[in-house]
Amino acid sequence: MTAAVEHTEEHRGAFSSRKVFILAAIGSAVGLGNIWRFPYVAYENGGGAFMIPYLVALLTAGLPFLLLDYGLGHRYRGSAPLAFRRAAPASEGLGWWQVGICFVIAVYYAAVIAWAARYAFFSLDKAWGDDPEAFLFGSYLQAGDPGIGLDFVSGVTVPLVLVWVAVLAIMALGVQKGIGASSVVFIPVLFVAFIALVGVSLTLDGAAVGLDALFTPDWGALTETSVWIAAFGQIFFSLSVGFGIMITYASYVGRRSDMTGSGLVVGFANSGFELLAGIGVFAALGFMATAAGTGVDEVATDGLGLAFIAFPAIINEAPFGALIGVLFFGSLVIAGVTSLVSVIEVVISAVRDKFEMTRVGASMAVGIPAAVISITLLGTTTGVFVLDIVDHFINRFGILVVAVASMLAMSWVFKKTGLLREHLNRDGSIHLGRWWQWLVGIVAPAALTFILVNEFIDNIREPYEDYPTWMLNTLGWGLAVAVLVLGFVAARLPWRDNTFLGDPEIKSRQDERSN
Amino acid sequence: MSTSAIIMMLIAMLILWGGLAIAIWNISRYQGEEPQEVHRDL
Repeated sequence: MTAAVEHTEEHRGAFSSRKVFILAAIGSAVGLGNIWRFPYVAYENGGGAFMIPYLVALLTAGLPFLLLDYGLGHRYRGSAPLAFRRAAPASEGLGWWQVGICFVIAVYYAAVIAWAARYAFFSLDKAWGDDPEAFLFGSYLQAGDPGIGLDFVSGVTVPLVLVWVAVLAIMALGVQKGIGASSVVFIPVLFVAFIALVGVSLTLDGAAVGLDALFTPDWGALTETSVWIAAFGQIFFSLSVGFGIMITYASYVGRRSDMTGSGLVVGFANSGFELLAGIGVFAALGFMATAAGTGVDEVATDGLGLAFIAFPAIINEAPFGALIGVLFFGSLVIAGVTSLVSVIEVVISAVRDKFEMTRVGASMAVGIPAAVISITLLGTTTGVFVLDIVDHFINRFGILVVAVASMLAMSWVFKKTGLLREHLNRDGSIHLGRWWQWLVGIVAPAALTFILVNEFIDNIREPYEDYPTWMLNTLGWGLAVAVLVLGFVAARLPWRDNTFLGDPEIKSRQDERSN
Repeated sequence: MSTSAIIMMLIAMLILWGGLAIAIWNISRYQGEEPQEVHRDL
């Protein structure tokens, strides 16, 4: 290895083993969406029959795209901007675009973790009373009219500060001692806690009714385009692909690691956890429906409604309600923290690479502004509206667009997928044929473009949730465009003189020959 | 639970959890090379 490359790698840090990398990658992929999105998406889109489009999406788009990210990060040994720069100088802006998206996501994602942490404690005495919805928006969030205000809510601000302190401590400790070590502890704890939650949920009256609703197949749904879109969307959003996380993590893995085999473990662990979440959530919803004397369709929901309204209602009625609450909200906190760590690492790693900053310096330079913005915008009575709009738009018109752009750029403009396939095959336990290039160059971008166009048309036809136009134009469309523009502006900044900008793999081989 | 729901649940478990088990078995028999260098993460 050349002195320049070796110098960079020593300073960047790395995971101590492939096992730690896999646990960190699972920690990133398994997030809030696995718990509160998948069960409802599956239920709404064919129940048991949804498994067919879901598996097709996993095998033809999710895993191939995951391996593209792994290939980029592992071969070019850098954060998203550095990896794209080394792959093709003109593509660096794609990396900074991803960095901007991650910064935005980190800002609001921390707030949901703070709410979940607070609700874990609320579970102990069922502080939400008989009307969890009124409690959430009234007593807890104190939500007023949509807008941007500075009326802070202490019940949100205090846990939000604590979340940021914890995350910044993990980030400052570094790749192995912070991200790696926390994943090694948190991921097994998350799986054990969720298995315990599923175990308790299955003992509830009506659990079988919920599982019946989730798994009864509606074969007719397979002929509907919307069901296939839902499957590809779920796989894409759930795997943490396309916005720099897997590129960054792959750059911290040993040079001769088996990346294809690791990708398979991460992909199936993520989907396996989603199935577990589906069983736990629908067993609990079945209990809720039975207790209320209604159908599961009357109580089934997703997102914030599932976590902060439906589950408190379940906890009110269920035996061992406090235990269910602590396990459920504790799982949300752990899944959220490991994902938030991965999101903010994309930004920290990029800043370190570009400006050659120390780990602690870059963690503070990125983390403190992110925390201040997060607390200012999300810790207030208007925080829930800000979160809802930013989350809706940055997912669709940020992540989806950059994912399609990066796949098309690597496949058709810079033609790097052949090289990356060779690289992944060199030490990979699973051989990638030419079919992999077709999947990442044609199938996956086509599926995501279809979703994107549908979303674009829907959002133009009907403004999201009747929010004021100025909010949608600034926090929604405006922010999505701003991260794109700022990304390509950041790419114009010069790299430090001693940053190696060539292909580290070629340089290493040349040096080995000359030695 | 209906028979079709039970069958679909078992198939989903078999494919996703079985797939995970096979994937773990696959990497466990293919150790590769762990990093030798000391990464100080300065």
